[in-house]
Amino acid sequence: MERAGIPAALICTLTSIAASVGANRIVPALGIPHPLGDPSLSLEDEKRKRRSLVEKALETLVSPISEQTIF
Amino acid sequence: MSRVVRVVHYLNQFFGQIGGEDQAGTPCMVKMGPVGPGLAFKAMFGDRAQIVATVICGDNHMGENLEESSAAAAALVAQYAPDILVAGPAFVSGRYGMACGAVCQAVSQELGIPVVTGMHEENPAVEIYRAHVVISPTGKSASKMRDAVQAMAKLALDLVEGREPEPGAYFPQGKRRLVVAAHSGAERAVEMLLARLRGQDVVTELPLPNFEKVPPAPALEDLAGATIVLGTEGGVTPVDNPDRIEMSMATKWGRYSLEGMAGMDPAKFTANHGGYDNTAAKQDPNRVVPLDVMRELAADHKMGSLAEFFYTTAGNATTVDNATRFGQEIVRDIRAQFKEKVGVVFTST
Repeated sequence: MERAGIPAALICTLTSIAASVGANRIVPALGIPHPLGDPSLSLEDEKRKRRSLVEKALETLVSPISEQTIF
Repeated sequence: MSRVVRVVHYLNQFFGQIGGEDQAGTPCMVKMGPVGPGLAFKAMFGDRAQIVATVICGDNHMGENLEESSAAAAALVAQYAPDILVAGPAFVSGRYGMACGAVCQAVSQELGIPVVTGMHEENPAVEIYRAHVVISPTGKSASKMRDAVQAMAKLALDLVEGREPEPGAYFPQGKRRLVVAAHSGAERAVEMLLARLRGQDVVTELPLPNFEKVPPAPALEDLAGATIVLGTEGGVTPVDNPDRIEMSMATKWGRYSLEGMAGMDPAKFTANHGGYDNTAAKQDPNRVVPLDVMRELAADHKMGSLAEFFYTTAGNATTVDNATRFGQEIVRDIRAQFKEKVGVVFTST
């Protein structure tokens, strides 16, 4: 994506792998089987966490960076 | 081998000097000694090997009934009790390549002798026969005959005389061969580490894939005017997985509609990915494709708009080649719809 000039945010748990394969805008997630969720929380709390994580991802798309960044 | 190596050479009707396309239906026949390119082989072999007979078949005759015809050719080859079969080279010619591959395979199976043929890497027969038959890489056309014969002759002599061919002498067959090393892996690893600490050059035993780093794309000016596209490698698909995206070693990606949906409904979407426990994702696919909050953010004007579809694949043991291809194809797909002001939010499990 990035090579084509499309900023791409990657929400993932294994951020070191993301960095080693070349992702530039990396956002740590909430867990491998549920990157944007947490079954131990109530739906309301889950959605709140999900929303703030997505907001962070959107932020990375408007953040000018010159190198790989884990936000 | 102290005695002269006996070689049988296989050629098609053209190189076997029977005729051109009009003779492509010629059934198999034998000419004694070397014919056509066989003379170039004879020069390369010197006194170490001798082409005792040349089996010639029309490419169409072979192509129309590959199994039967290659078996018949193998039977002819057998009559001359060769130590090795050399076929072609076929360069980029598809029918001839198939014939060489099939005859080599038949002879290898029936007679248990080494076989060598030669083709250009773009010859469709390479992919089909490389695992079964030793194929020497050649140039594209007969203008490269000399180089091809030289390489094939060397390879043939190496094989029949029991020498390990040089790396790259033939297309990799996908075979793993066990080799007993002089020192254990632990010893070799420590040696490597010590060499590194001494500042010496260390050659890796296993080259790792090189992941290209790409400079970050310029940031979007603002979110208000942007279209955001969602994607995932978590293996989330419609419940019937209509495109049959594999849960491991996926060979494809999909694009599915989110139109009219306020969130990812577990009755409509599922997750199949062999690399993580899919339970949480199946219960609530929003945990992998955050559509519900995306809709809220769009409604709250935190971003311009959300694309009404998402991209998906299963990123479990996906080959680097496939993953790269998916990325390129998806970018083309995105660009076909959104010329500018587009950003991607991609999720990974």
